[in-house]
Amino acid sequence: MTGKGRALAWQAAAVVSATAVVLYFANNVATNLAVRGIQFGFGFLWAKAGFDIPFHLVEWDVNFPYGRALWVAGVNTLFASAICIVFASALGLTLALMRLSGNLLAVGTSRALIEVIRNTPQLLQIVFFYFAVLQALPPMRQSVTIGTSVFLNVRGLYVPAASGELWDWISGITLVGVLVAAVLWKRMGMLVPRLLVLPPVLIVGLLAAGFTAQWEPPALKGFNFVGGVRIPPEILALALGVSIYTSAFIAENVRAAILGVHKGQTEAAFSLGLTKGRTMALVVLPQALRLLIPPLTSQYLNIIKSTTLGAAIAYPEILQIFARTVLNQSGRAIEVMTLVLGVFLVVNLIASAGMNAWNRRLALQGR
Amino acid sequence: MTSLPARALRAGRLVLAAGAAVFLATTVAQAQVSAPPGPTVEAIKKRGALNCGIDTGVPGFAFQDNKGVWHGIDIDYCRAIAAAVLGDPEKVKYTGTTAAARFTVLQAGEIDVLIRDSTLTFTRSTVLGLDEVAVNFYAGQGFLVRKSVGVTKAAELQGATICTVTGATLELNIADFARSTGAKIGTLLFDKPEEAIAAMEAGRCDGYTDDTGSLAGMRSTLKQPDEWFVMPETISKEPLGLHIRSGDARWQKIIFWLDNALKSAEEFGITKANADQLKASTKDPFILRLLGAEGDTGKALGLDEAWALRAIKVAGNYGEMYETHFGTKALNLPRGQNNLYTKGGLHYPLPIR
Repeated sequence: MTGKGRALAWQAAAVVSATAVVLYFANNVATNLAVRGIQFGFGFLWAKAGFDIPFHLVEWDVNFPYGRALWVAGVNTLFASAICIVFASALGLTLALMRLSGNLLAVGTSRALIEVIRNTPQLLQIVFFYFAVLQALPPMRQSVTIGTSVFLNVRGLYVPAASGELWDWISGITLVGVLVAAVLWKRMGMLVPRLLVLPPVLIVGLLAAGFTAQWEPPALKGFNFVGGVRIPPEILALALGVSIYTSAFIAENVRAAILGVHKGQTEAAFSLGLTKGRTMALVVLPQALRLLIPPLTSQYLNIIKSTTLGAAIAYPEILQIFARTVLNQSGRAIEVMTLVLGVFLVVNLIASAGMNAWNRRLALQGR
Repeated sequence: MTSLPARALRAGRLVLAAGAAVFLATTVAQAQVSAPPGPTVEAIKKRGALNCGIDTGVPGFAFQDNKGVWHGIDIDYCRAIAAAVLGDPEKVKYTGTTAAARFTVLQAGEIDVLIRDSTLTFTRSTVLGLDEVAVNFYAGQGFLVRKSVGVTKAAELQGATICTVTGATLELNIADFARSTGAKIGTLLFDKPEEAIAAMEAGRCDGYTDDTGSLAGMRSTLKQPDEWFVMPETISKEPLGLHIRSGDARWQKIIFWLDNALKSAEEFGITKANADQLKASTKDPFILRLLGAEGDTGKALGLDEAWALRAIKVAGNYGEMYETHFGTKALNLPRGQNNLYTKGGLHYPLPIR
C-alpha cells in the first residue's frame, strides 16, 4: 500500500469509528428517553411563556411564546457581546501601548493590571463588579439627577424615551445610511476622510429626528421609575467584567503583534521624519493588525461565550432565559440545550467568518 | 408415528413446563410473605448508602453548620429513609443540587430520591417522568420585603421589582399573579439565592420571593433581619416534597409509607424518646403494627419489621422534626398548614394496617 493509500485508510477508519460512537450515544439517549417516558420534540416553542424578561431591546410580553423568548434573549446576548468587544478592544490596545511605551509608570501599571486581571477567575470578577456597581450607585429615592429627566440610581440609568412615526423613520434612515456609508466609503470614491463627514451627518440627522419626536421622561411612581428608557446596572457590570478580563489577553496579543513588526519599519519611519505617534499609527499598527487578527478572533469568540456568565448577576441573556427559565418551565432539557448550543455555534461561526474575511483582505498578496 | 427424538423433545418440554409451574407457585407463595425489594433498594443495599439529593443551603430544609454537618427537615427525611432501608441513618451520601439541575440529576440516576424543597407539579410528574411521592412541607410563594416600604399585601407590589432564583416555579407564579390581578411586578433572576439576597440588600430590588418556609430561613441570614418581614399573604400553593424516578413501584411505596409512618407517629404520640418503650408496653394495635411488634408491614414493603421504628428514632416524628427546624427555638415559623389534620393543618397520614 502506498503512503497515500495508507493515510486514506486511516482517515476512513477514523470517520467510521467516530460515526459509530455518535450513533452509539444517540441510540443510548433514545433508549433511555423511552425507558423513562420522556417525550422529545420542539412543539413547546409555540407555547405561551408567561414570564417577564426584565431587560429587552426587542418587544417582549408575557403572552409571547418560548420561541420569541429565544429571540429576545439572543438579542440581549448579542448586545452585551457587541459592547464587550468594543470595550475590550479599546482597553486591550491601551494596555498594550502602555506596556510598550517605555514610560516606567505606564509599563508597571499595565503589567500589574494584566497580571491581576488574567490570573483571577472571571466569574468572581463579574460578581465583584456587580456588587461594586450596586454599592457605588445611590438608592432609588436619592437618585443622581442630570438635567430634569435623566436619573441614575441603583436600579439603573433612566433616560427619556422618544417615540413617534417621524422619529422612527428619520433616525432609522440616518443610522443605516451612516453605517452603510462608513463601510463603503472608499468604494463610493469619496476623497474626504469619513470621520470628518459622517459624525456631523449623524448628529444633524438625530437632532432633526429628535425635534419631531414625542419625549416621555421617566418619573418616580411608587416602587420604580416609570416611563423612559432604562439601562440596568447588570449590563454595566457584565460589560466591565467581561471586557476588562478579556482586555488583558487582547493586550498581550496586541503587544506580540506590535513586536512582531520588523524593527526596520520603525527605523525607516523615523528616518523619514515621522513622529513616534504617527509611526505607531501609520506604520506599525496597520502591519501589526495582520498578525493580530487570528488571535483576536479567538478572544472575540470567547467574549461572545463569556456573556453567559451574566446569568449569575441577573442579566437576561440566552443561558439564563432559555437554559434556565424555559428549560425549567417546559422540562425540555435536551431540546433547550441543543437550541442554546446551536445558537452559540451559529453566532460564533458567523463572527469567525467575518474576522476571517477581514484577515484575507489585509493579508499580504503574493506571499 | 412420531420419531424418537421428537418424542424425547416433547417429554423434555413437559418436564420444563412442570418445573416452571412449580417455580411460579413458590414465587407467588413467597410474594405473599415478603415482596421483592425492587431495583432501587437493591442498588442502595449493594452500595451501602442512600444517595439523597438536597438543597445547597436553605436553613430549615438543608444547610451545613460550621462543622460541615447537614441539618434540616429534608436531611431528617434522608436519614429516616436510610435508617428504614439500611438500618443506619448515617449511611447517606448527600448531593447538593441547584434549582436548575435537580431533576436532571434525579433522571440520570445519580440520586435515589430528591428531597429538596421542590414543588410537586403536573409538568414534573408527566413531562419529566418523575413520581411525586409525598409532601413534607406545605408552603406558598410569599415575599420578603423591607418593613419600611410599608406594604402588607402582594397586590400592593404594583410596579415593584422582586429578586428571585431562576429554574423554579417562582417566576411563573409571579407572572400568573400579575396577569390575574393586573399588577405589574418585575423580576430579576439569579442563579443562587445568596446573590439574589445580596442584590436585594443593596437596594437593587424591593424584595425577595420564595416559598414561605425558605423565606423564613433566608431572613435569618440577612445582615439586619429585623428590618425585613415575610408578608403573610401567599400567591401560590407550593406543596414541597419527595421526588423519585418513575418506574420502581416498590421504591415509590416505601417512600410513600415512610412519610405516612412519620406523620402517624405524631398522630399517635410516638416520639423519638418513647418509641422503644411504647413498642414493649402499649396495647394499641395500631401502634403495635406501626412499630413492627404485630403484623408484617415491613415484609409487604420488602423491608424488615422494625423499618418504621428505626425511621422514627432518627429525628422523631414529623412534629418533632418541624419543631427542631422551624419551631420557636429555630426559625419561629408557625405550623399553620403543616400541622396535622386534627389540629387544623393539612397533614393527613393514611392508616397503616
